[in-house]
Amino acid sequence: MADYTPPLRDIKFVLRHIVGIEDIVEYPGFEHVDLDTIDGALDEAGRFMSEVIAPTNRDGDEIGSVWMDGRVITPDSFKDAWRKYVETGWSAVTGPLEYGGHGFPDAVGFALSEMFVSANLAFSLNPMLTGSAITVIADHADDDLRSVYLEKLVTAEWTGTMVLTEPEAGSDVGALRTKAIPNDDGTYRINGSKIFITWGDHDLSDNVVHLVLARLPDAPPGTRGISLFLVPKMLVNDDGTIGASNHIETVSIEHKLGIHGSPTCVLAYEDSVGYLIGEPNRGMRYMFKMMNQARREVGLEGLGIADRAYQQALAYAIERRQGRAVGAPKTEQSPIIEHPDVRRMLMTMKAYNEAARGLLYDTAAAGERSHRHPDETGRAEGAARVALLTPVAKAWSTDLGVEMASIGVQVHGGVGYVEETGAAQHLRDARITPIYEGTNGIQAIDLVMRKVPMGDGAVVRSYLTEMAELAESLPSHTDPRIAAMGATLGEGVSALEEATEWLLATDDPNDRLAGATPYLEMFGTVAGGYYLARLALAASAEEPDPWYEAKIDTAAFYAAQLLPRASGLLPSVTAGASDLFAIPVDALGVSR
Amino acid sequence: MRIAVCVKQIPDPATPYDLDPVTHRVVRPNDQVLDDTDRFGVEVGLQLAEASEGTVTLFSMSPSGSLQGIRQALAMGADKAVIIDDENLAGSDALTTSRVLAAAIEREGFDLVIAGTESTDGYTGVVPQQIAELVDVPSLTFARKVEVTDGGIRIEQQTAGGYDVVEAPLPALLSVTSGVVEPRYPTFKGIMQAKKKPIDTLTAEDLGFSADQVGEAAAGQTITSVEPIPAREAGEIVEDDGEGYLKIVALLEQVKVI
Repeated sequence: MADYTPPLRDIKFVLRHIVGIEDIVEYPGFEHVDLDTIDGALDEAGRFMSEVIAPTNRDGDEIGSVWMDGRVITPDSFKDAWRKYVETGWSAVTGPLEYGGHGFPDAVGFALSEMFVSANLAFSLNPMLTGSAITVIADHADDDLRSVYLEKLVTAEWTGTMVLTEPEAGSDVGALRTKAIPNDDGTYRINGSKIFITWGDHDLSDNVVHLVLARLPDAPPGTRGISLFLVPKMLVNDDGTIGASNHIETVSIEHKLGIHGSPTCVLAYEDSVGYLIGEPNRGMRYMFKMMNQARREVGLEGLGIADRAYQQALAYAIERRQGRAVGAPKTEQSPIIEHPDVRRMLMTMKAYNEAARGLLYDTAAAGERSHRHPDETGRAEGAARVALLTPVAKAWSTDLGVEMASIGVQVHGGVGYVEETGAAQHLRDARITPIYEGTNGIQAIDLVMRKVPMGDGAVVRSYLTEMAELAESLPSHTDPRIAAMGATLGEGVSALEEATEWLLATDDPNDRLAGATPYLEMFGTVAGGYYLARLALAASAEEPDPWYEAKIDTAAFYAAQLLPRASGLLPSVTAGASDLFAIPVDALGVSR
Repeated sequence: MRIAVCVKQIPDPATPYDLDPVTHRVVRPNDQVLDDTDRFGVEVGLQLAEASEGTVTLFSMSPSGSLQGIRQALAMGADKAVIIDDENLAGSDALTTSRVLAAAIEREGFDLVIAGTESTDGYTGVVPQQIAELVDVPSLTFARKVEVTDGGIRIEQQTAGGYDVVEAPLPALLSVTSGVVEPRYPTFKGIMQAKKKPIDTLTAEDLGFSADQVGEAAAGQTITSVEPIPAREAGEIVEDDGEGYLKIVALLEQVKVI
């Protein structure tokens, strides 16, 4: 039940035609990287994720990570799988060469992450956060800290966390109160309580390396007074071995709707030794730099769950017989996949998933260009593009993740609502993704208030032009399915342009904020059509086979039936805030 | 210990593949994967080599294609591979396959030959024993457990009812069942190193076979026809009028399961 097949052909197709992996491996610094090794690595990693990680998904949900006597205990299957993960070295593929990594492109790491997420979302959060910790330490910590901690994190012998949230400091991180007092030896004493710390404690590795936001004495208020500290669970001796406990108490873990395998910890730091990362009061800046990476990874979680849900729903729909499809023999029940409504659900899942994969991998590619492209112009273009697309990639993909997992339950009918089937777990697991790493509301605000205005609208306009040009080129295509995509993509882009120009011309921030979420949805829906059209073009250039034909048909379905939804969102974007506030708060209540 | 492990590249069982309608041979795509049952032989070889500071050399007779399957075995840790790729070999029967592999293995030198019990695409199941005869060493077949003794190998040989303990001095041949050990997953480092490992490609002639000694010309067997698996027939529906269980009992007696 609930087997996972890594979508290797899709991933490789997107790496080639959206990411441009053939160009990326030519960048300086990737001299040791070749396409054959990437190909072989994806195959073996796919097998590993499907055979070793995916079977732990049910244990993670049913047994879960549990808190006992101040410690977190993971399911036994997690321990075995993690040991194999560390041994096979999949964690180290993109890590820095000088710290035990193999220095492969981020895009390759992104593909590995997708498969880990699909195999077991809750489990995948541990390496995901470790990856974020590696980025922060590599970019900002001094050589001493790097030499003690980086290699162990790169090899996944130790894991990392991001410790931001406090009870009164959630979306508003600036309100945090955890204190850092300088010691005489250059270290700091950390005191305070933190909540929602994903994989904040566990028994998979000897040490957990916390990156903790805290305030120095006399720090300025708000986000300008926050510093970043490395606080290990266990102190590390001079020879690199594990030393004494660093007095971090795991007070409890949360009982959550989903991702039960991932321990969400309440941590208390009691005179714990911390090491300052970078300069004082710059903690938020360092965190923000890492955040684009973390946000696209969370976007990927939306896709990963949706793909697993799709695979399960498809397998069920082929096998389950119920009712008689039009034209089927009277004596037998038809597989439900023969019913148009079920087919619609499956096509919707397939099309949105492939659209989201295009958007996510393009965002990752832009991130890669932003720091790897050989020339300054290329890096600047990458940086602008990744900044623009990140909130859309995060929010649109995770909203879809929930919706697709919900459709997955629906395809199963009544048994989908029964836990043993496993479809419900995907829905529960997916539900966190629009919330954490900046709620999707925050992403929409980021998009309309910060990203759309970048360069007075030049960044977003350049992306819109790119899409419009593609749409204009499609009607002359020899394949009528592709030619037909031009019209709806063109209409979608026009509507998005109109919405964008309205945002750029509107002064009242409340009016822009009111339109933020529908704008983001519109943006994602149009962009999805753009990527599917590009993939359809790539497929049409190949020797026809059923897989390439399906790519074109999927894009055609999306263009004809899903993309037109974008234009319908235009009135919601441009309505302003007045409708939302028309009813006074008192009158919103229910009357007896 | 010099360990020779026989491996085979086969079409990916996850994707349907075709038989040539005239020759009845498997149509071999460029990308073939390592036969899953071979992972056990490779793992046994690696464990024995690690314990004895020995080497593992892979032997395979097939069109090389992209060598994907061979690289998968090299990525697990084998040291090198010897491939016999020759269009004259097309249509070879099991005995010719054994002759060619045996010649390649003898040419390279060995203390132990390891094979699976049978390939997942051909299923003849006789190649390991034939190789043992041709290179004139004892064959220890269907091993479900392997241990090294002083100067020899002892195995638990799977039988229908349990197992026999069998041992032989080296050099010897060993065929292993799936489940004899847990095959390791290739490490990412292993995958990178696999690209740089030597792969020798030989022809039948290199091994002293003329064109008429191999391939279809020398085959002592031919596949005369291939039939698809018959479609599953519709089951019988028995209406339960309260005594349906009697009909079930009668049916079970009829097929002699009770």
